[in-house]
Amino acid sequence: MANLKTVSKKSKAQSMGMHTEVLTGRTQQKFFNPDEAENFYYFGTYDVDFNKRTDLDVKDMTAPEANKEIDNLMSQGYGTIVIKNPQGKHSLGVGILNKLNLIFEGSLGYFGMGSCDGPIVRINGRVGWSCAENLMAGKVVIEKNAGSCFGAAIRGGDLICKGSVGARTGIDMKGGTIIIGGDAGAFTGFMMQRGRIIILGDVGINLGDSMYDGTIFVGGEIGSYGSDAIDAELTKSDQDWLKRKLKVAEIGENFDVSKMKKIVAGKKLWNYDNLEPTEKKGAI
Amino acid sequence: MCGIAGLIHRGKSSNVGSELQGMLQALKHRGEDSTGYALYGDTDGKNFIMRFKVGENVGEGSSSVMEDVSVYDERKKIVDETLAEMGAKIVKEERTLPYSLRYEIDYNVKDLLEFSQRIESIPGVEILSMGKSLEVIKDLGNAKMVCDRYSLDKVVGTHAIGHARMATESGVDIKSAHPFWGYPFSDVSVVHNGQLTNYWNNRRVLENKGMRFMSECDSELIAVYLAEKMRDGATLEEGMKASLTGLDGVFTYFVATKDSLGMAKDTMAAKPLVLYESDDLVAMGSEEIAIRSVLPQEIDTYDPFDGEVKVWQI
Repeated sequence: MANLKTVSKKSKAQSMGMHTEVLTGRTQQKFFNPDEAENFYYFGTYDVDFNKRTDLDVKDMTAPEANKEIDNLMSQGYGTIVIKNPQGKHSLGVGILNKLNLIFEGSLGYFGMGSCDGPIVRINGRVGWSCAENLMAGKVVIEKNAGSCFGAAIRGGDLICKGSVGARTGIDMKGGTIIIGGDAGAFTGFMMQRGRIIILGDVGINLGDSMYDGTIFVGGEIGSYGSDAIDAELTKSDQDWLKRKLKVAEIGENFDVSKMKKIVAGKKLWNYDNLEPTEKKGAI
Repeated sequence: MCGIAGLIHRGKSSNVGSELQGMLQALKHRGEDSTGYALYGDTDGKNFIMRFKVGENVGEGSSSVMEDVSVYDERKKIVDETLAEMGAKIVKEERTLPYSLRYEIDYNVKDLLEFSQRIESIPGVEILSMGKSLEVIKDLGNAKMVCDRYSLDKVVGTHAIGHARMATESGVDIKSAHPFWGYPFSDVSVVHNGQLTNYWNNRRVLENKGMRFMSECDSELIAVYLAEKMRDGATLEEGMKASLTGLDGVFTYFVATKDSLGMAKDTMAAKPLVLYESDDLVAMGSEEIAIRSVLPQEIDTYDPFDGEVKVWQI
């Protein structure tokens, strides 16, 4: 194993704070042969057609009933589902593991879109606590405000809130991108380990407290920095990426990204600095 | 876990009893050991309304004991005699349940401390609320059960706060149920979701200053804390802001007075609160589904931030 600390050249991703270990030159294990893809079966997924669209009124359904019906519609090949009257119910849209256009005509309660992997979701309302927790991939767009623990422990995908969010946004996140059009509450990025958070407005106290890695970009005022969260230089590649990301997210069209602050981990709290990269990954 | 809900109509009255019942029933999954209402009804403002109990409804873990109805009768008799001695005239009397009573009292005094101390010196008697608009009703069971038991669905007023309790810090009984009256202040009530970690320290200090605690429930501290601040001349909002540092732990609480409703959220923002605000109505609860029970249409709601204090007038 090469001594990674002697490798000085940084990749673009590294310079943006996405990760610190150097992957160049390492053996890349092949986990599967693409030619055999048809032999793979991912439990709970369906082959859906985006052009096949239907409405589902969940006004008189419980959350399990609604989720079961969404699953049933996907099994029939519906690739675009419009949910009517969600009325702040909890745990709607959880556990969707394949591509799907899902549109909520209204607001969700707690744990909406939790543990999903792949769907593209638009919520024309607000969401309660822990929206999209553990998101693996896909895109979730909230048109109004969101509660606390927004995007807790997400591993991938894009999570966009056009309004303001509560406390502990991106707590324990391990990847992906969270974009907030308004303000964010206290402890944003608490213990985040990878990924990026963009906040166009102000953010509360203890920003990035105990963050291990990852990057937070803030457009407005910062209440206070958390333990081990420090400023970093906003590079040209950061600005290019921010512009691109905001454009794709359809948010902050004329926002001046050059004035944003970049916050990263000071790494004083790291206690696995001497681990080999693979072990480090396990620790994270 | 517990759930709290509150609403205030600005510039008009509404059926707040029924509305709050719907909000609290929507939160029953957060706890249904007991449910309490603090309703600010439309009255002529001439007489005091005293809600009090002469016995307990005893549930799991309660330090109280069930007693015979004859004991309640005896206590009621002493209360009546004491009121007469103090020159307080009972204008109207209702005995909803053997242990729960509602008196309308013609009593011309501003300081309720001496009055309350005398009534509560009768063993087993606790004033649940005292005011010219406020009525605190609390008992075991979920919101609908308590509402039905006390016929609250027809109460018309301007504002109300309530609490669905999952007992964690003390037993299941009425004395530990919310809302708490801001003893001895007329028309002040409090509900709380959370946990206070400096309860005993604060309680010792406040008891030394002459404040009274009726339960071992940590939430009662908020009512007593605010009452003490107001006794020392602070406004309600000033008292609430002081509580953000004076109280330790995690909390979201509502406090209501005769003409206002306020909320405070701790600096960790660890307890949920969703808020809807318009020109004529403010509705808030631990979860959005509580607000949905009175506003089923699409509305804009938000979570107040950490350390936020807000007060609305009717």
